[in-house]
Amino acid sequence: MSPIVKKKGEKFTLPGKYLLFILTLLCTGLIVITFNTNLLSAPISAVGGSFIAPLQEGISKAGSWIATRSEELVQIRSLIRENEELKAQIDELTMENIRLQQDRYELTNLRQLYDLDEQYDDYEKIGARIIAKDSGNWFHSFVINKGSDDGLKIDMNVMAGSGLVGRIVDVGPNWSKVMSIIDDNSNTSGMVLSTSDNLMVRGDLELYADGLISFEKLTDKADRVVEGDKIVTSNISDKYLPGILIGYISSINVDSNNLTKSGLITPAVDFEHLEEVLVITQLKQTVGSSIGDS
Amino acid sequence: MKRVVTSAFLIIICFLFQTTVFKGLSFGGIVPNLLIILTASFGFMRGERTGLIIGFFCGFLADIFFGNVLGLNAMIYMYIGYANGKFNRIFFPEDIKLPICLIFASDLAYGFLYYITLFLMRKRFHIGYYFLNIMLPEMVYTILITLLLYPLVLWLNKKLEDSEKRSARKFV
Repeated sequence: MSPIVKKKGEKFTLPGKYLLFILTLLCTGLIVITFNTNLLSAPISAVGGSFIAPLQEGISKAGSWIATRSEELVQIRSLIRENEELKAQIDELTMENIRLQQDRYELTNLRQLYDLDEQYDDYEKIGARIIAKDSGNWFHSFVINKGSDDGLKIDMNVMAGSGLVGRIVDVGPNWSKVMSIIDDNSNTSGMVLSTSDNLMVRGDLELYADGLISFEKLTDKADRVVEGDKIVTSNISDKYLPGILIGYISSINVDSNNLTKSGLITPAVDFEHLEEVLVITQLKQTVGSSIGDS
Repeated sequence: MKRVVTSAFLIIICFLFQTTVFKGLSFGGIVPNLLIILTASFGFMRGERTGLIIGFFCGFLADIFFGNVLGLNAMIYMYIGYANGKFNRIFFPEDIKLPICLIFASDLAYGFLYYITLFLMRKRFHIGYYFLNIMLPEMVYTILITLLLYPLVLWLNKKLEDSEKRSARKFV
């Protein structure tokens, strides 16, 4: 199409081809910068403060409005509030229950390799609501309605009721982005609770429809790990606090190298119906930070 | 000016709907891609330039919130908008077949590009699985939504064009 002849006095407009070229360069630049460095995350969250914050409020309002409306179709309005309160209570109780179960497990377990007593204890937690989900269908990250204003930081662990959901990967003033453990590019270092064998928990889009996640690199020479064993986050993970429940082993296979095992895990959290999450405001201590602190 | 405001408004509304409302209306966890409908329809309604600008902003918005790297979605959407602009010459508002085909193809292209850049590069080779379980349902759902959203976009565009013509006449 030939460029439209502009009337006199109208300002010059760049033809599409050149604009495409310029924007492509811009995008490539941005991709390279964000892929290799962390340079842009600060300005973006600063822009987010002014530009995204009102937007976020809109999302939040629209989201909660829709949530209530769709809820109304199935339930009576008066039940909703009560339901929410009870849900929160259930979450709390499930947490406590899990902790108690875990403690009991530890007591009954004769081979107590680790002292897990202090794990899973009173980590400080903040409740947050999920206000938006990934715009596509490929990854399973979501946005929650608390951010740096509420004291959240990158890499804080996120739980929902009975188990691990993921961790914060991006923080704005009043929002943060959470990458879930079922996300296709998420790798979590886990541990079998009963035998303390380490393994890698890896999210996989192909398994997502079945509500499963996969694990690999489990070394279990004595064949003690069985289906149904609890998987918790391991002590050696750099991002996750130790001892948070990830899920239960649902199948195990020996890898072709005959050294390691892999298989599937049923996550403890129902990712399909996630609404509220708890953010643990304690960060995992790492080598760098402990040196810096001391 | 009116056009810029309307477009920005449309993009933001579509983004909000895609991330919030349709999450509740998803079939099997699949959400329709409203942003691609918007990008593609502005592309073939208004030409390459508008298409690529709308695409860029749609993608950028998705990137800010959910992108692993900034600019990737922006680039994919931008090229889709630009490519759709090439069909501006054979576009007639009365014809619904071309828009449907173009939006379908755009969503397919988006799925493939996204798969190649973010999944193939990480050794996820089961393209058949991704095609059947992610791309195809998304395309079908997107087309269903297109039947509702597209007339609205078309109507808005017509209104805008009318008002632009009127104001142009006024000034002359």
